[in-house]
Amino acid sequence: MTASILTVDDSPSLRMAIRIALTGAGYDVTEAGDGVEGLTAANGAKFDMIITDLNMPNMDGLTMIRELRKDPAQCGTPIIFLTTESDDAMKQQAKTAGATGWLVKPFVPEQLVKVARKVLGR
Amino acid sequence: MSGQDPIAAFRVEAGELLEQIEQGLLDLGHRLDDRDLVDAVFRGLHTLKGSGAMFGFDALATFTHHCETAFDRVRKGLAPATQELVAVILSAQDHMRALIETDGSGLEAAGDTILARLQAAIDGAAAPTAAETPAAKGWRLFFRLPPESMANGTNPLMLLDELRELGECKIVARTDAIPALAELVPVECHIGWDVELHGDISKGDIEDVFIFVMDDMELKIEPLALEPVVDAAPVDASVQAVAANDSPAPEAASTTPGRAAAKPAGESVRVPAERLDELMDRVGELVIVQSRLSQLAHGGGSAADLVLRSISEEIERLASELRDTMMVLRMVPVASLFGRFRRLVHDLARDTGKTIELSTEGEATEVDKTVMERLADPMVHLIRNSCDHGLETPEERIAAGKPAAGQVKLSAHQQGGEVVITIRDDGRGIDRDRVRAKAETQGLIQPGQTVSEQELLQMIFHPGFSTAAAVTNLSGRGVGMDVVKRTIESLRGAIDIKSVPGEGSTVTLRIPLTLAIIDGLLVRVGEGRYVIPLAAVEECIELSLEEDLRSRGRSFITLRDRLVPFLRLREMFDTGTRPDPHQKIVVIATGAERVGLVVDQIIGSHQTVIKSMSALHRDVSTFAGATILGDGGVALILDVVQLVTLGQHQEERLRAAG
Repeated sequence: MTASILTVDDSPSLRMAIRIALTGAGYDVTEAGDGVEGLTAANGAKFDMIITDLNMPNMDGLTMIRELRKDPAQCGTPIIFLTTESDDAMKQQAKTAGATGWLVKPFVPEQLVKVARKVLGR
Repeated sequence: MSGQDPIAAFRVEAGELLEQIEQGLLDLGHRLDDRDLVDAVFRGLHTLKGSGAMFGFDALATFTHHCETAFDRVRKGLAPATQELVAVILSAQDHMRALIETDGSGLEAAGDTILARLQAAIDGAAAPTAAETPAAKGWRLFFRLPPESMANGTNPLMLLDELRELGECKIVARTDAIPALAELVPVECHIGWDVELHGDISKGDIEDVFIFVMDDMELKIEPLALEPVVDAAPVDASVQAVAANDSPAPEAASTTPGRAAAKPAGESVRVPAERLDELMDRVGELVIVQSRLSQLAHGGGSAADLVLRSISEEIERLASELRDTMMVLRMVPVASLFGRFRRLVHDLARDTGKTIELSTEGEATEVDKTVMERLADPMVHLIRNSCDHGLETPEERIAAGKPAAGQVKLSAHQQGGEVVITIRDDGRGIDRDRVRAKAETQGLIQPGQTVSEQELLQMIFHPGFSTAAAVTNLSGRGVGMDVVKRTIESLRGAIDIKSVPGEGSTVTLRIPLTLAIIDGLLVRVGEGRYVIPLAAVEECIELSLEEDLRSRGRSFITLRDRLVPFLRLREMFDTGTRPDPHQKIVVIATGAERVGLVVDQIIGSHQTVIKSMSALHRDVSTFAGATILGDGGVALILDVVQLVTLGQHQEERLRAAG
């Protein structure tokens, strides 16, 4: 069964880049435009992995990660967040909130796929 | 030097890298087995080499490459970090600085000497087994994930799979930390794993496997070659060996004294200091023009003036906000200043043969950049004094019942408009008898004359005064304390010294936060207007007529049961005008000393842009500078430190007269 991935980002271009990279590697990709949409999507279906930006309107990534981790159904779901090289404090906050790992922006598609393979094991 | 020049930018960047490397090395000197520090130093060297080559500093790149190679061996566990290695790389780091600052010609010989020492340090240090057996053998590692990591999406089985992909693995699970069933939370992971990994694998590859959990987990990676590995060795033995190693908690390591508190900087823009100074000047001009505008606007009363007034108030608000923002821009944490002294103390300890521990406090306290630069030299003197005169040798200390290691403590904190910096040592303290004897031979005091403790200590600030019996390489040449005092006072600061025999000395520096703009109290004396720095003003009171007459010739008032000397500025400045009927006293203070200034009128508070006076007026000690007022007139800024000293002299004279 192909793994399904939810990608949450307010930038359509970035969502597109993520979708192209991941579908190219054989994953199923669902998109959401902010934290609220992301939560709704995650409540409706079980994803194997979630990739989220941190800075988003309506609900930011940190809050979404916290909300997701409150839900027993999301226990153990890998959540990868996108961050910039310099922001160590943010990285720490996201990890404390319950994120699994991170990907430093800007990234090339190979890196993204590598992270997905690492976390999903397939 | 323009901000656009990449070579100039590289020099600045390289300076910072070298500082980081130095910090790392000094810390490493205390904790030779700290992997993080080894990695940090290695990264610094690596970056320096890379960017050096990019900007044409070839000599630097080549030289740094050798150091990097040597350090890489330490990083890979092929050679242990030793004090000797740290010392060699420290001197290599000085050489790199020279290569950056000059074109590198004529420095080759020095570089070669250092490289030879480096080679010797690495060869001598390399464990014989490690030297012959490359890492090809593989690694022994133990890891245990933080309990919540599974719930947060990390699957340990996948990490094990990744390790298997790197090379042949022998994996043993350690179950000792699993709690009893009643306490077991099903989503928590308490298992640790011992893994023997065979093959030609770099340590970085292994670390990459754990990249997302590395900060929080227990992870030990050791080259297999460190122990003679017998395939048939019982697994239990290796488990125990690792278990014995991993007992120190990671938290304990992070609180070790001397660990650099410096955090990597967030996003920032680098701006040359001159541009900030330029901007500061502009803001200063703006503040002056704004106060002229505000005076103009408050002059009339027609409808048009009302509009003008509201604009003027708006500009006043903006100008004051701009000023505040500007101040913050110029502030830098004292951490960078304190950081320099760690090397100084390290070298002093080596040269004097004493054991010295330097601790710092309040490194986040911020000071104006210019102020900080000018503080560096006086502080070097003071720290040298502490280390050289103050602290005793380990033998003397033990004999006196103190720990062998001497303590030097630097601390900084903000107090109102001032930053207070203290330098404290727990040495022998200042020898009163020696100071006294020296002061008498220099004719500063008469034999038998009684002087207060505080006055006696102040003697050391006299030019040419040193009590060190012998002039050493470090201090005791009699230049220093007077220069220190002058520098601090030129910063409009104050220096204070306390000393308890046998227990140590404390030098306190009080420095104003900034040099460029101050809040002032504008007063009138006769026909002239003067500014008193508001930070020094304690209170304003009226000098009643009776009090005025009563205190004639004595010039003291009683303020809350304390006698406060006061100075009649009218007389000091020889105004020649009739005094106003209701004279005011402005009480100013520095430290514990207070003095009152009698003025004719208190006009109000005034944002004062300090303009220094010309060289012609340099020896006028009562004034610290001048400023331009809203109406274009000039007001002199009173020098609080000088006036308080004057007041104290007056008090002493009166006391002496009985």
